[in-house]
Amino acid sequence: MTETRASLPPFQALLDEHAQAVHAFLRGMVGPDDAEDCLQETFLAALRAYPRAEPANLRAWIFTIARRKAIDHHRAATARPVPVADPGELAPAEASDAPPIDGRGSALWSAVAGLPPKQRAAVVLRFAVDMRYREIADAMGTTEEAARRNVHEALRKLRASAHELKEAMR
Amino acid sequence: MTTTLAERIAARAAAEGLLDVAYATYESPLGAGIVAATPKGLVRVALPGIPEAEVLEQLARAVSPRVLEFPRRLDEARRELEEYFEGKRDHFELPLDWSLARPGFYRRVLRATARIPFGRTLSYAEVAARAGSPRAHRAAGSALGANPVPIVVPCHRVVRSGGDLGNYGGGPEMKRFLLELEGALDRS
Repeated sequence: MTETRASLPPFQALLDEHAQAVHAFLRGMVGPDDAEDCLQETFLAALRAYPRAEPANLRAWIFTIARRKAIDHHRAATARPVPVADPGELAPAEASDAPPIDGRGSALWSAVAGLPPKQRAAVVLRFAVDMRYREIADAMGTTEEAARRNVHEALRKLRASAHELKEAMR
Repeated sequence: MTTTLAERIAARAAAEGLLDVAYATYESPLGAGIVAATPKGLVRVALPGIPEAEVLEQLARAVSPRVLEFPRRLDEARRELEEYFEGKRDHFELPLDWSLARPGFYRRVLRATARIPFGRTLSYAEVAARAGSPRAHRAAGSALGANPVPIVVPCHRVVRSGGDLGNYGGGPEMKRFLLELEGALDRS
């Protein structure tokens, strides 16, 4: 209990400032049903590590923890003998109480869920959290260029899925 | 949503021993203030009018940055404060955490002040003497000005020897209000 680790704000301020954005990110990463659990895990892990945190960029720091929690969640989920939900299983009722990223139903959602983890995280940070590429890079520990590439590659795949979906529905 | 999420996080943090500083607001006839406690005890009573952000930043800097709103840990403190302001309580039974009080003379002054009974007053020189340094009345004033737990450690009961009430962190009107509440002004 010394005064050496100056300038770390009270944890409550961090929670108030970032909880909503982290929640949006986790909805995009693990889906609406598990997002709140992951959100709690994220902030508890953050609280545990907080006295050693670097005050300079706490937003990037908290999103780094959230991304790890989302990855842990996927590992735990794939370890379970439950198959990844197909588009038909993501019922409209479920989607309506916490709408997917653009509110247009489950097709885009499952396309996002099908992206490789880095691209998924980058595209969710860009469009659900509204981060700039510089911030995405900080949150993901990559260069700004890599962040941009991840987002663009994700968008290319999402466009392709949208196209396939259109074809399939003809 | 965010409020209840924050509550759930704070509850889990408390259960896991991660909640170093819990805080809540209390109500008084002079407005709302902040109370904060560590697992050891009450660490801060901020008088009405002190900005919440300032109180929380001080706690983060000087006690621990693991600060969360968690009223449950402050139920007893808030109850005792409310009873005091209603005139139903003349002493506090709260364990104290002295982390925010400078060790040495400052703490001795605060401990001496904590023993002044309800409705009574002492002069700065008398408190300095009880803290072991009869001539340090100015330093006693500084110690009382830095009191992290006013009302509970009743620094308002220390007044100037001439009858003037002297300074108070919450302003002289607040000091007068508290002494009137205790009937201390009629007595002297």
